[in-house]
Amino acid sequence: MSGNMNITLKVWRQKNKSDAGRFETYQAKHISPDMSFLEMMDVMNEQLIKDGKDPVAFDHDCREGICGMCSMYINGRAHGPNKGVTTCQLHMRSFKSGDTIVVEPWRASAFPVLKDLIVDRAAFDRIQQAGGFVGINTGSAPDANSIPIQKHLAEEAFNAAACIGCGACVAACKNSSAMLFMSAKVSQYALLPQGQPERKLRVLNMMKAHEEAGFGACTNTEACEAECPKGISVTNIARLNRDFVAASFTGE
Amino acid sequence: MTLDSKIPAGPLSEKWDRHKFNLKLVNPSNKRRYDVIIVGTGLAGASAAASLAELGYNVKTFCFQDSPRRAHSIAAQGGINAAKNYRNDGDSVYRLFYDTVKGGDYRAREANVHRLAQVSVNIIDQCVAQGVPFAREYGGLLDNRSFGGAQVSRTFYARGQTGQQLLLGAYSAMNRQIGTGMVKSFTRHEMLELVMVDGQARGIIARDLVTGEIERHSAHAVVLCTGGYGNVFYLTTYARGSNGTAIWRAHKKGAFFGNPCFTQIHPTCIPVSGDHQSKLTLMSESLRNDGRIWVPKKKDDARRPADIPEEERDYYLERIYPSFGNLVPRDIASRAAKGMCDKGFGVGTTKLAVYLDFKDAIQRLGQKAVEAKYGNLFDMYKQITGEDPYSSPMMIYPAVHYTMGGLWVDYNLMTTVPGLYACGEANFSDHGANRLGASALMQGLADGYFVLPYTIGDYLASEERKPVSNDSPEFMEAEKQVKDRLNKLLSIKGKKTVHEYHRELGLLMWEHCGMGRTATGLTEGINKIKALREEFWQNLLVPGVDLELNQNLEKAGRVADFLELGELMMHDALNRNESCGGHFREEYQTPEGEALRDDENYCYVAAWEYKGENQMEELHKEQLTFDEVHLTQRSYK
Ligand SMILES: Cc1cc2nc3c(=O)[nH]c(=O)nc-3n(C[C@H](O)[C@H](O)[C@H](O)COP(=O)(O)OP(=O)(O)OC[C@H]3O[C@@H](n4cnc5c(N)ncnc54)[C@H](O)[C@@H]3O)c2cc1C
Ligand code: SF4
Ligand code: FES
Repeated sequence: MSGNMNITLKVWRQKNKSDAGRFETYQAKHISPDMSFLEMMDVMNEQLIKDGKDPVAFDHDCREGICGMCSMYINGRAHGPNKGVTTCQLHMRSFKSGDTIVVEPWRASAFPVLKDLIVDRAAFDRIQQAGGFVGINTGSAPDANSIPIQKHLAEEAFNAAACIGCGACVAACKNSSAMLFMSAKVSQYALLPQGQPERKLRVLNMMKAHEEAGFGACTNTEACEAECPKGISVTNIARLNRDFVAASFTGE
Repeated sequence: MTLDSKIPAGPLSEKWDRHKFNLKLVNPSNKRRYDVIIVGTGLAGASAAASLAELGYNVKTFCFQDSPRRAHSIAAQGGINAAKNYRNDGDSVYRLFYDTVKGGDYRAREANVHRLAQVSVNIIDQCVAQGVPFAREYGGLLDNRSFGGAQVSRTFYARGQTGQQLLLGAYSAMNRQIGTGMVKSFTRHEMLELVMVDGQARGIIARDLVTGEIERHSAHAVVLCTGGYGNVFYLTTYARGSNGTAIWRAHKKGAFFGNPCFTQIHPTCIPVSGDHQSKLTLMSESLRNDGRIWVPKKKDDARRPADIPEEERDYYLERIYPSFGNLVPRDIASRAAKGMCDKGFGVGTTKLAVYLDFKDAIQRLGQKAVEAKYGNLFDMYKQITGEDPYSSPMMIYPAVHYTMGGLWVDYNLMTTVPGLYACGEANFSDHGANRLGASALMQGLADGYFVLPYTIGDYLASEERKPVSNDSPEFMEAEKQVKDRLNKLLSIKGKKTVHEYHRELGLLMWEHCGMGRTATGLTEGINKIKALREEFWQNLLVPGVDLELNQNLEKAGRVADFLELGELMMHDALNRNESCGGHFREEYQTPEGEALRDDENYCYVAAWEYKGENQMEELHKEQLTFDEVHLTQRSYK
């Protein structure tokens, strides 16, 4: 089943890390409004292959908004025009036939482009490796119900833990700061009793890794929250800042 | 070769403890002299990597995504089972064991399932200690829900994102070990070959997916945690990258494949809407706790659901299975939906859908309560279909979701290749012929946190403590094989893309090896898949070169493997002249249309041995015995 939408795409093409890159224009024809944005890209790529050209490389995996792999900057917005969705959840019914759509990779010096729309987000993993955990070994845990946790705190911790690590917050930020991403993890643990013993050390180590990775500082523009597909709140950044100040003072 | 499942002696409830005591130990200071490769960083792989590194082993992990956190475990929605009996509703280790054996339609090993139920309680403790934000009650203690195939509430959950939270927990434990240098993580790397030296698994050949370089990695043992192979069906609830390549390569090097035809078709997925579609989305089984499934009593009823009065609706699951109702196991719910649609009662434009209705739940609990429980699933549904499930019922249809089959492993999780282990969905698993909801997460974490860390030591303790070289002729040969194969795929330069072949394969598998299987259909399917495979190697078109990021080349290798694995699935389905769990051979059913097992002749695990290119594989049988749960026909009525 194909549809009757015709779309002009201006897509960022870049062969590899060292290539300068440029926009190329393509036509996507017979697009159905029920297709997802990535399915539209699939249709375009199949045509490119048949025409003997190199298809556009883009990251994706789950295609249901949870793995955090997809990452397109569409018409100047991270994950496109709709609020609260990832690129893979965007459907063509959000566009009109005849539209021109500009598609770019995330742009941040800490996220170098690997090819076309694919960027390297390893810096996110490095931040988590620096302190995004509770330091316990397998097998040493007490009974799960031995520490009651107030429902609203558990829910708030969940809200922070729902971050999918996509990087849209960095792409949306004029400083390329990863504070929203980092604060989500810091908050999850700061809200839970299990996170208390390493609370100060964690925030110091993660802040250090953030800086080393080349992410910028936060100047409270809140563009990150506006583009975050999972509704991660900037109040997490405030919590992180408080913890950071406290930890820096006590010098732990 | 005879199969030895290594099930320990003694009473069922003492087997695991006795076995742990009898396993050899590796001295703490010697552990760092052993290297272990773990392929896959989902629940099974990440938990194993963290736990082995904590013990002191040197671990290398591999995943094809850009971060270990993106393994497909991330997408699991509904929950994880554990026999905590926090609800005081009669649950116990024994009941979880019993339900799982019965739910699997008596095609799983009792000893394994009992161990799984035993360690299930430790998993929840472990995850809570890691800071996993499970759902809680106002009193601050953990909440539970019930899932299909059980009459107790033993499922722990974190909204509709349980897999995400559990995986992020395991990922955090693994990150801690990456930080200490005990785990080295290779992301955007794909394992393309297993390396054997003197009959033992000694490493892998992997491709760096960014540069295209081929790398040789050696170790004292290799653990495959690469997930399920359901994407052989093309349209599934799996992630697009999920594949069978790692286990298929290992199979061709000597690891037997257990019960390849046992696939799970999940009853509640968003139906197919058009041929552009790239995947199917699951609507969590937890929805069946409050949603009621129905079709119109009249065939081809074109009215809107709201216009169909109560007495003209057939709540068929509640009618046929009064005691379990909408909570029957998945295989039964799926088959019933298909049955209704085959008879002409299906709804929607394709007529391949049934309703899942929340009207009564909204009336009973209020929209707010329903939203709190299922909000994200309702949003997801609306996002995809453009329709609002609060005001009109969801439409659902079964879709391929999980593979119970996988590499055959013994009680220690070792395959038939010494030093090669398989954990999580990649092994032939503890779920028999049908997996109960919320038990895959349990199994993946059981394997990785609490089983493998004990059993792998037993093997390593007898291994020499010197590093394994990656320059041996065996490594060079395996590397060459991989390069030759990539070049072959690139050099065909035919006319059809790999997506086209994958889609064709998927349709073929669904038609001949899907929800209803017959001897004639399978025989026909085998011929068709052989022809498709031949065509693939003559007419495939892969753009680009090998030494670059080339997503079509990656996919071509995976589809090439699916084209072989799919055939084995059909041979296995053809061999099993019975119906059990998710494997439904239409020739074998009760007068009421339920699966009819043949315990006399098929109460075994089918373990297939690879015999060479285009050769019929050899079948080995591991007989199953049931000492505790007596073989009877499952009844959910
Ligand atoms: C939509 C959905 C919902 C589900 N909901 C539930 C639920 O509520 N409860 C439940 O119990 N179960 C559920 N399941 C099933 C469960 O999620 C999976 O069975 C389980 O998570 C599999 O975990 P795993 O660790 O075995 O594999 P995966 O999480 O699939 O991980 C596979 C890993 O292997 C890597 N890999 C694969 N091939 C290669 C290769 N060749 N080279 C290198 N790396 C490779 C991948 O990168 C990945 O890291 C659900 C499944 C789906 C699809
Ligand atoms: S905070 Fe939001 S935008 Fe940033 S990585 Fe997490 S989910 Fe993505
Ligand atoms: S592809 Fe997984 S979030 Fe988009």
